[in-house]
Amino acid sequence: MSAIAEDVLRIAAADKSRGYWSTVFRRLARDPVSVACAVILLAIVLGAILAPWLGLANPIQGSAIRRLRPIGTAGYPLGTDDLGRDMLARLIYGGRLSLVLGLLPVGLAFVIGTSLGVIAGYVGGLLNQIIMRIMDVFYAFPSVLLAIGISGALTGGMLNSIISLTIVFIPPIVRVAESVTTGVRNLDFVDAARASGAGPMTIMRVHVLGNVLGPIFVYATGLISVCMILAAGLSFLGLGTKPPEPEWGLMLNQLRTAIYVNPWVAALPGAMIFIVSICFNLLSDGMRSAMDVRS
Amino acid sequence: MSAADLIAPVADVGGPQQPLLAVRGLSKHFAVRGGFLGGGGVVRAVDDVSLSVGKGEVLGIVGESGCGKSTTARLIIGLIEPDAGEILFDGEPVSDRMSLRELRRRVQMVFQDSYSSLNPRLTIEDTIAFGPTVHGVAPAEARARAHDLLRKVGLDPALFAPRYPHELSGGQRQRVNIARALALSPRLVLLDEAVSALDKSVEAQVLNLLIDLKTELGLTYVFISHDLNVVRFISDRVVVMYLGEVVEEAPVETLWSDTRHPYTRALLAAMPSLDPSRRTEQAPITGDPPSPINPPSGCRFHTRCPFAEPLCSDRRPALLPTGNDGHAAACHMVDPASGHSRAGKQTKEHTHV
Repeated sequence: MSAIAEDVLRIAAADKSRGYWSTVFRRLARDPVSVACAVILLAIVLGAILAPWLGLANPIQGSAIRRLRPIGTAGYPLGTDDLGRDMLARLIYGGRLSLVLGLLPVGLAFVIGTSLGVIAGYVGGLLNQIIMRIMDVFYAFPSVLLAIGISGALTGGMLNSIISLTIVFIPPIVRVAESVTTGVRNLDFVDAARASGAGPMTIMRVHVLGNVLGPIFVYATGLISVCMILAAGLSFLGLGTKPPEPEWGLMLNQLRTAIYVNPWVAALPGAMIFIVSICFNLLSDGMRSAMDVRS
Repeated sequence: MSAADLIAPVADVGGPQQPLLAVRGLSKHFAVRGGFLGGGGVVRAVDDVSLSVGKGEVLGIVGESGCGKSTTARLIIGLIEPDAGEILFDGEPVSDRMSLRELRRRVQMVFQDSYSSLNPRLTIEDTIAFGPTVHGVAPAEARARAHDLLRKVGLDPALFAPRYPHELSGGQRQRVNIARALALSPRLVLLDEAVSALDKSVEAQVLNLLIDLKTELGLTYVFISHDLNVVRFISDRVVVMYLGEVVEEAPVETLWSDTRHPYTRALLAAMPSLDPSRRTEQAPITGDPPSPINPPSGCRFHTRCPFAEPLCSDRRPALLPTGNDGHAAACHMVDPASGHSRAGKQTKEHTHV
């Protein structure tokens, strides 16, 4: 190696080699679309968490004389719904349930699905067949139908819709995890790890998980928007949350009747679902390219 | 037992005369799934291979792609389970699982692809320290050992320890792979095309490094390559494989000066020469090796051999000694009693070089 190259390396090393995830984060921070999406999502999440302290109107207390005010009415910046409740307050409070219903099932499915998929992919053979064929059974039903079916069988409610959505999202995550793991387990460094005498659990933890988590995580982020829409659908059908609790899907369902009277107000919950899901989608796209460190 | 003893070099058992590694009758057949209507077959990747590696020796294994060189290495280190055969390490048979774990302290491997054999998510020092930690060495101590080894393979630990594989060049990555293989203080290192993917100048540096390390640490190498020049440079003894079988085995200079098997002769003749007067004008053998799924009967080389006779497709020649220097070849022409018309008449006029 030439002296100059030696120097360059030395300077680069002095710049303290960064960890993988901090590199990804830095690259993500340089992408304006991802940053914008992250800011919007952060605002919605913070709004949902801090809702009681934002000085908003009561989201459940209605008023018969102020029903269906249009957007921009004094005192009601986003109008009122068919029971005279403040839409701004309901949308911000609604984020609490909607976000939980969108994130929690995907989070649970991510943990369960990744474990199953990595084991199936790494161990292979009969165990792989058993796990993957069981997942195929779930694929026989369209996801919406499956969610409605399980949720209906479990008699609705918030907790049961989370359970049913988790079950809906496990099979696709297992599939992705299994295929990524199968690709990684055939690489030489896994063989080298086996040759050093490490057991399967150690190899999966140290060598496999770090290399498969990224792609699975990106895929799961993309599912959040689907999950929010499905959760909204369950609420819309009366299987999720129950009135008067504010939840975007449920609100959309109730305002449906007012669509000819005040279409803009009626569309607001749908707009929220749209904004949040598109932000998660764009953010996961940004993550995908930021994680490709070699490019 | 202190932590450092956990990866201390394993003591010699059988004395200098005992081969460090003896492999007898090793076979591995992979089942091939047939088409839609069944059928299928078995790939005889490695078929009844026997070889031994003396202490401090470099055994070269050469042959075309797909002749079972790499499979042999993976069988020796236990990454693939053999269908038949016996592996003795310093006289002790490797059998049950516990013993396999012990074997991995003594035998390590360097892979051809320097990139895919390093975990892209681990720093260089974590990669090297992984083996020792698995064997119970404390993380701090394992890291110190990793730095030590980096220095040994000619990489400055301050510079390279915290880096990731994609930040290194091919030669540097292969040095890291060598350091990783040495982390458990093995006695035998299997080098599976370890320098084949490097460009020539880097290849020479890595080869010299391997020779230095061998002297310094008292290592034994099995050097697998398709590059005959490199094998001739580094090996003491060479085994030639064809379609999963050993066809010839000899001390390195004997193999070049007194080639017995027609396949070895063709291989050597296929080496490009720097001398224009020795330019290769005719291909020594033509065509691809036959499929190992249904290998030819008798001598597997008879389909491409210029001296093939009916006898060659009937009977499989045994690996017979041709001299007393450990030279052996599996060819009917070597065995005077075989009935081949040229049996026993082999002269040096056929040999190239």
